[in-house]
Amino acid sequence: MLSQNDQPSWQLARRYLQVANGLLIPGYLLVAVALYGAFLYAPTEREMGDVQRIFYFHMGTAWNAFLTFFGVFVAGITYLITRQSKWDRLAAACAEIGMVFTTIVMVTGSIWAKPIWNTWWAWGDPRLMTTMVLWLLYAAYFLLRSSLPEGDKKYQFCAVFGIIAFLDVPIVYMSIRWWRTIHPVVITSSGAGLATEMIHALIVSLIAMTVLCVTLVTLRTAMRLNASLADELFQQLDQRGDERL
Amino acid sequence: MSYLFAGYLAIWTILLFYLVYLTRGQKQVNAKLEELAEKLNASSDR
Repeated sequence: MLSQNDQPSWQLARRYLQVANGLLIPGYLLVAVALYGAFLYAPTEREMGDVQRIFYFHMGTAWNAFLTFFGVFVAGITYLITRQSKWDRLAAACAEIGMVFTTIVMVTGSIWAKPIWNTWWAWGDPRLMTTMVLWLLYAAYFLLRSSLPEGDKKYQFCAVFGIIAFLDVPIVYMSIRWWRTIHPVVITSSGAGLATEMIHALIVSLIAMTVLCVTLVTLRTAMRLNASLADELFQQLDQRGDERL
Repeated sequence: MSYLFAGYLAIWTILLFYLVYLTRGQKQVNAKLEELAEKLNASSDR
C-alpha cells in the first residue's frame, strides 16, 4: 500500500522514534544530575538567596527555546529550497517545543521576579516584552498553520513566517545589552560573573535541558510524520474506492 | 524558599501537561492507523 514517496517518511519517523527512545534514559539521568547541581552542589547566592536556584533551569529552558526557534528557521529555509514536507513537520515540531519552553521561561522568570523585583511582570522592560512578542509570534504561527488547508501553499507561508519570526530571537538576546533594563546580564565579554560551582551546575542543566528538548522534538516530529502519512493513505484509499465505483 | 518551590513546580507541571497532550496525540495517531488497517483488510476481502 505504501508508495515510494511514503516509505522514506515512514522510515524517517521510525528513525526519529529510535533516537527519542535512545535519549530517554540519558535524559532522565542528566535531569537528576542537573537537579542535584542546582539544589545541592551550587552555593546559595549572597543577595538573592535560594530563589536564585531557579536560574539554572530558567536559563536552560531559555537556551533551548532559542535553539528550537533556530530549528524552525533552518527547517523553513530547507523546505523552501527542497519542497520536501518532512521539513515542514520538523519546523512545526520545533515551534511547538519552543512555545512550551518559552512559556516555562516566562512563568519561572515571573516567579523569580516577584521576591527580587517586587513585581510579577515589569511592563516596559525590553527583555520581558521582546520575550512576550516572541511567544505571540509563534502563537500566530500556529494560528496560521491551523487556518490554512494542507498543501504546498500552507508549508510555504509557514516557512516564510517561521523565518521572519526568528528575527526576534537575536533581539531578545541583545535587548539587555541594547536598552536599559532591570534584567541582569549574566554572560558578558569578560565572563559569566558566577562562582565556579554555579557555572558547573549551569552547564549540566543546559546539557540536560538540551537532551530533553531534542527528545521532545524527535518524538513530536515522528508523531507529525506518522499522522500526515496516515491522512495521505486514507485519501489514497478513498480515491481507489471512488475509482472502483 | 516558597518561590523556589513554585518555580520548579511550574517547570515540571508545564512539561507534564505537554506530555499528557503528546500522549493524547499519540493515541489519536494509533486510532487512525487501526482504522486504516481495518479499511485495508476490508478492501482486501472484497
